[in-house]
Amino acid sequence: MRDGTIVVAGASLAGLRGAEALRDRGFSGRLILVGDEPYRPYDRPPLSKHVLTGEVAPGATTLPGVGRLEAEWRLGTAAAGLDRAGRALRLADGTTLPFDRLLIATGARARPWPKADEARLAGVHTLRGRDDAAALAADLSARPGRVLILGAGFIGCEVASSLRAVGLPVTVADPGPAPLARALGTVVGGFVAGRMAAAGVDYRPGTRVTHLEGAGGRVRRARLEAGGTIQADLVVVALGALRNTGWLAGAGLDADEGGLSCDGACRVLDAAGRPDDAIFAAGDVARWPHPLYGGRPVALEHWGNAVAQAAHAARAMLDGPEAAGAYAELPAFWSSQFGLNIKSLGLIEGADAVAVAQGSPRTGRFLAVYGRAGRTVAAVSINAGRWLPAYEAPIRDGAAFPPITGAADQPRLRSLPPGLPGPRGASGARP
Amino acid sequence: MRVVVDLNRCQAYAQCCYAAPEHFVLQGDEILVYDPAPPAAARAALDRAVQACPVRAIRVEHDEDRAGAGP
Repeated sequence: MRDGTIVVAGASLAGLRGAEALRDRGFSGRLILVGDEPYRPYDRPPLSKHVLTGEVAPGATTLPGVGRLEAEWRLGTAAAGLDRAGRALRLADGTTLPFDRLLIATGARARPWPKADEARLAGVHTLRGRDDAAALAADLSARPGRVLILGAGFIGCEVASSLRAVGLPVTVADPGPAPLARALGTVVGGFVAGRMAAAGVDYRPGTRVTHLEGAGGRVRRARLEAGGTIQADLVVVALGALRNTGWLAGAGLDADEGGLSCDGACRVLDAAGRPDDAIFAAGDVARWPHPLYGGRPVALEHWGNAVAQAAHAARAMLDGPEAAGAYAELPAFWSSQFGLNIKSLGLIEGADAVAVAQGSPRTGRFLAVYGRAGRTVAAVSINAGRWLPAYEAPIRDGAAFPPITGAADQPRLRSLPPGLPGPRGASGARP
Repeated sequence: MRVVVDLNRCQAYAQCCYAAPEHFVLQGDEILVYDPAPPAAARAALDRAVQACPVRAIRVEHDEDRAGAGP
């Protein structure tokens, strides 16, 4: 297919790069991008970092495009419904857009504080989009006496790092056992905890907040499950993300807050697991069976995945699922916080062992390899990014774990349990 | 101009920091911080940075590239 109409629902990184890939592959028909925000696609990683330190303006991260897109933009209008039989997308303003192919890239949203009346208190924030970052930055400029961050995933930790960089007092209440434990385990997370403490963060593991309390409509303190309170003038709720699939209700697709299921060619699956040849998904919203991990369904909130999966979907849309093959991009992400450049390759979830293969936490520079059932599944570098690419092949090949032994700086590798908490809910991470 | 760096790809070779020191800086050993919206006058420096990057991680769009391309 090279003409007709393709609609892209979602105008963020995946939507933009998917649209560009369609043009790059010769699609000459009508291309329409729909976005719920009134902005051109923008980059999110700076929003939790240099936007909060004031070094980058919230509106300055518009993504560069590639080539002439020749697209129609419907910005500020969310996708509101899908008529699969009629091949049409319904928008929030009542417009209907017929399509030959649809790319769903509606992403995810911050998991809100579950008690709506408390979430409405002034000074209670979540961070996902540009407006969130602008609102948070504006509140920070009033120099709150103490900022409380709920959750110590990547967003919570990066926000804590940014706020310490501008000298604000920060408490992190983490329901989990260590920063980034869900993503990286407690071995690596414990190292990050040391850096957090050195930066002056009041970090409290195993701490669950039950209530946010205000005075005069503004948040003043958080009440803890174990008793006691934490005083705070500003609260950042950083308890993970929910996939934006609610608008697909009634469309008969296999979708929930954990993702929209699709196959290796990015075709969405109906409730019976059958692919729809005209509708595709990519980016944070997409959940697909990863061939490198035994076909386990994964949904990744990764910058690189948004780019690569959108390009894969574009290929499958134009040339068919067989030509595109099964999407098997190696998961990869980065984070920077507390002076640490953290980079990861592979999928850590489900790992049963970790070993520091090179460098040492003592020197602040190391590489940790993760194994599952004796096979290498992932690697994380801490201020050692150039050591990471060497692990791509062992991860792809499922090489014996650990893949490198007898290194000059690590003559006897010690394999440890990685300390990954159980699934969300089991450990009570949700308040 | 609009700039984005693929930080999965970036290996902190810092060539962009030499080519366009006003717009790229390393914090610590390998955290790259860059200006995502440099002024048009920085075009030559940004082009040098793009070319100097040994892992081809920098993407720049000049304002005129977007003319007529929508909002």
